[in-house]
Amino acid sequence: MYDVTIIGGGIIGTAIARELSRYKLNTILVDKENDVANGTTKANSAIVHAGYDAKVGTLKAKTNVAGNAMFDTLCKELGVPFKRIGSLVVAFSEEEMVTLKELYEQGKINGVPNLEIIQQEDVRKIEPNLSKEIIGALYAPSAGIVGPWELAIALAENAVENGVEIRLNTEVTAIEKNQEGFLVTTDEGHFQTKYIINCGGLFADRINNMVNTPSFKILPNRGEYNLFDKSVGNYVNSVVFQTPTKHGKGVLVLPTVHGNLLIGPTAEAVDEPRAVETTIGGLKYLKEKAQKVVPNFPFSTVITSFAGLRAKVATNDFIIEESKESKGFINVAAIDSPGLSAAPAIGKMVVEMLKEIAGNFQGKEDFNPNRRPVINFMELSNEEKAAMIEKDPRYGRIICRCEEITEGEIVDIINRKAGATNLDAVKRRARAGAGRCQGGFCGPRVMEILARELNVDITEVVKDSKSSYLLTGPTKSSKHQEDSDQLVAVSQDK
Amino acid sequence: MEKYDIVVIGGGPAGLAAAIEAKENGASNILIIERDRELGGILQQCIHNGFGLHVFKEELTGPEYAERFICELKKQGIRYKLDTMVLDITEDKKVMAINTVDGLIEIEAKAIVLAMGCRERTRGAINIPGTRAAGIFTAGTAQRFINMEGYMVGKNVLILGSGDIGLIMARRMTLEGARVHGVVEIMPYSGGLTRNIVQCLEDYQIPLYLSHTIIDIKGRDRIEEVIIAQVDENRRPIDGTEESFKCDTLLLSVGLIPENELSKSAGIKIDPITGGPIVNESMETSVEGIFACGNVVHVHDLVDWVTEESRKAGKNASAYVQDRLIREKKPISTSAGKGVRYIVPQKIRLENVEKNLDLMLRVDNVYHRAKLVVKDNDKIIKVIKKNHLAPGEMESITLNLEDLERVVGKEITVALQQEEV
Repeated sequence: MYDVTIIGGGIIGTAIARELSRYKLNTILVDKENDVANGTTKANSAIVHAGYDAKVGTLKAKTNVAGNAMFDTLCKELGVPFKRIGSLVVAFSEEEMVTLKELYEQGKINGVPNLEIIQQEDVRKIEPNLSKEIIGALYAPSAGIVGPWELAIALAENAVENGVEIRLNTEVTAIEKNQEGFLVTTDEGHFQTKYIINCGGLFADRINNMVNTPSFKILPNRGEYNLFDKSVGNYVNSVVFQTPTKHGKGVLVLPTVHGNLLIGPTAEAVDEPRAVETTIGGLKYLKEKAQKVVPNFPFSTVITSFAGLRAKVATNDFIIEESKESKGFINVAAIDSPGLSAAPAIGKMVVEMLKEIAGNFQGKEDFNPNRRPVINFMELSNEEKAAMIEKDPRYGRIICRCEEITEGEIVDIINRKAGATNLDAVKRRARAGAGRCQGGFCGPRVMEILARELNVDITEVVKDSKSSYLLTGPTKSSKHQEDSDQLVAVSQDK
Repeated sequence: MEKYDIVVIGGGPAGLAAAIEAKENGASNILIIERDRELGGILQQCIHNGFGLHVFKEELTGPEYAERFICELKKQGIRYKLDTMVLDITEDKKVMAINTVDGLIEIEAKAIVLAMGCRERTRGAINIPGTRAAGIFTAGTAQRFINMEGYMVGKNVLILGSGDIGLIMARRMTLEGARVHGVVEIMPYSGGLTRNIVQCLEDYQIPLYLSHTIIDIKGRDRIEEVIIAQVDENRRPIDGTEESFKCDTLLLSVGLIPENELSKSAGIKIDPITGGPIVNESMETSVEGIFACGNVVHVHDLVDWVTEESRKAGKNASAYVQDRLIREKKPISTSAGKGVRYIVPQKIRLENVEKNLDLMLRVDNVYHRAKLVVKDNDKIIKVIKKNHLAPGEMESITLNLEDLERVVGKEITVALQQEEV
């Protein structure tokens, strides 16, 4: 019997799990995927928004500004890359300058600190590579960039370190109300829980509808992105937005926390909550739109493209509330942008809601907010590097050449709590395969390490989801070799 | 701080040939640094034959070709470190490397030979749309899985790009029992060697779709379907020409990129066309005493040419450490004219040319009955007639010293001329 069940291990589910791990509660997080952070969390703009964009009085405005302020401490505790690099919303016309002024006023009411409207020459000082046609910008120094999946993974790991249970590859198929709360049925069996927190992301409406009358409908909205080589990672220094129109925030240009450059997203309504494919049209659109802001950008330095889905709803605000029909069932749904920025505040908010429903619960004396530090080998000093290799020689073996990731780091992230079990999970945690060769060289080596550490056959190592197999079996010649090895063994037995 | 006369970065065919040649020309204290677990580089996974026709006058497999050099290397007593990654090189020729045995290694070298080879262009680099399902491999990665690790990567295969590795893998996958549905090439001609088109595709009835590209990849966990379409002269897909292939695997053979991150860290000038260092007649880069050879300079199609170029680099690195390389005079530049994509070397110092000098070049399209014309301003130095020229086949022009000494301009140009019909 669990006290709290969190459905969904994205940035919201993991943020709530980590907040709940401060208390003496029996908490479980379930996710249908092979890893946490495997939906919208792994494919978005990776921005911590300042908070001028959300309409005054909305949940988005409230949680964005509050969440933004929590990032420094949170990322420090969890060892997650976060940089407060500021953002610019650039204007090309007097008309757009008027919109900037409106955003500025809205931001001030929302409580965004140090907002400023700056003129052409100051924009150029901050961003010399932007179009000369830009006449001014809204500057928000409190905006930042973060590793979104790293944050979710770190939150999950810290939650597990503090006693939360995580079950992956477990899809909730039915929820039934009963005397003691809810009976949750999954494809891996069922369990009883007192409270449910629905963080189902793109599937949050389906989860809600398992036990409640439909009250909202998730409208998946696809955003496609291009990621560029580190050689152009400093093409811009801050998050560069175009002036928003009624169609949305438009295409952004920004550096990532790992020093790449990111351009995106598109915005396209799709029918399917799993439609994360990129399209010819989408990628062409990105280039056209970005060229307005960075006309001379070398698009040939692209290293990959990807798409993510926003979980939008018609009302265009977050839904964070207890179901009117089911006491103890909290929906945390429709968390599209600025969901990542708001996540830390949403975590706190949901715990407060739960306290109101369940009565106050007891804190843990031994709660440890700090995740066991992650070693970024290449960031160590030469002396530290040498000492590290002395202690564990696997830190002396570079597996991923492009990102310079050692075997020691890969083994560590596999063996952590909520550790990596597949190729993409290693990439998200240690960046092996995230560089310019996209795993061409290190893929086979990482698979070998995964097989060894997880004690499985290499053919069982998958790319991402549990059915995303990579190898189909031994070649004819290695089969032949195995057969003859067996023959030798048999004849030796005789 | 360890000290060596010559440090060779990379133990593939280029590094091996350079090190041996340096030793044979009098350099003694040489070290090869190799990041893989064995010497030989990509040759070790190229188990097909056809290597060595020029250098050894016989057909060898990749591992056999490598073995000859490795034996020679060991015979010469040249030192090497395996499983060792170079992290940084500096303009003053300090090398920082790392491995499990020595930890961090700082090396001071009198000369460096860059022989890091190249990497494969990825799906991301050419922005193929579709899902990110499993089952997409670069042809070289698939080759490694099959030939080195002993595992198949799929059963129903489509190959994008008709570069040589793609063609070789079409045959290899077929021999391993997979069904190869075709090779798709965006250009109107193949990027590979003619002999590979014949021996790897035609002999196995594998269709080659020229002027086609992939417009979509479907499948959530593993690839299930790949859609291709014909392209127009601007390489844009033509509506209505779509064709679908039910396959679980897509191999990419869409180009190779010289691996020059280290070169850049040493401030070496890179040729934007080749993607490799700008080199002179001695295979020396823009940084004095740092030489480069093989696929790190420009992508070759035959290993024999890598060997020849690398021997030159090794010999000159050896001359450099013995103070025998002449460097005062202003060099002549080579310039790619109409129809020519690039020329290596980009600079020539005549004082260091012995009898003759080979210019290596690639053309920008398929040409029939054409001439390669070498000019000093308007004066023609040399003309070579060719029945067939293609971007996939590297050309060489040998200029002798007397011709070069008559050059009065600052540069010589090689351009292509179509013959009058």
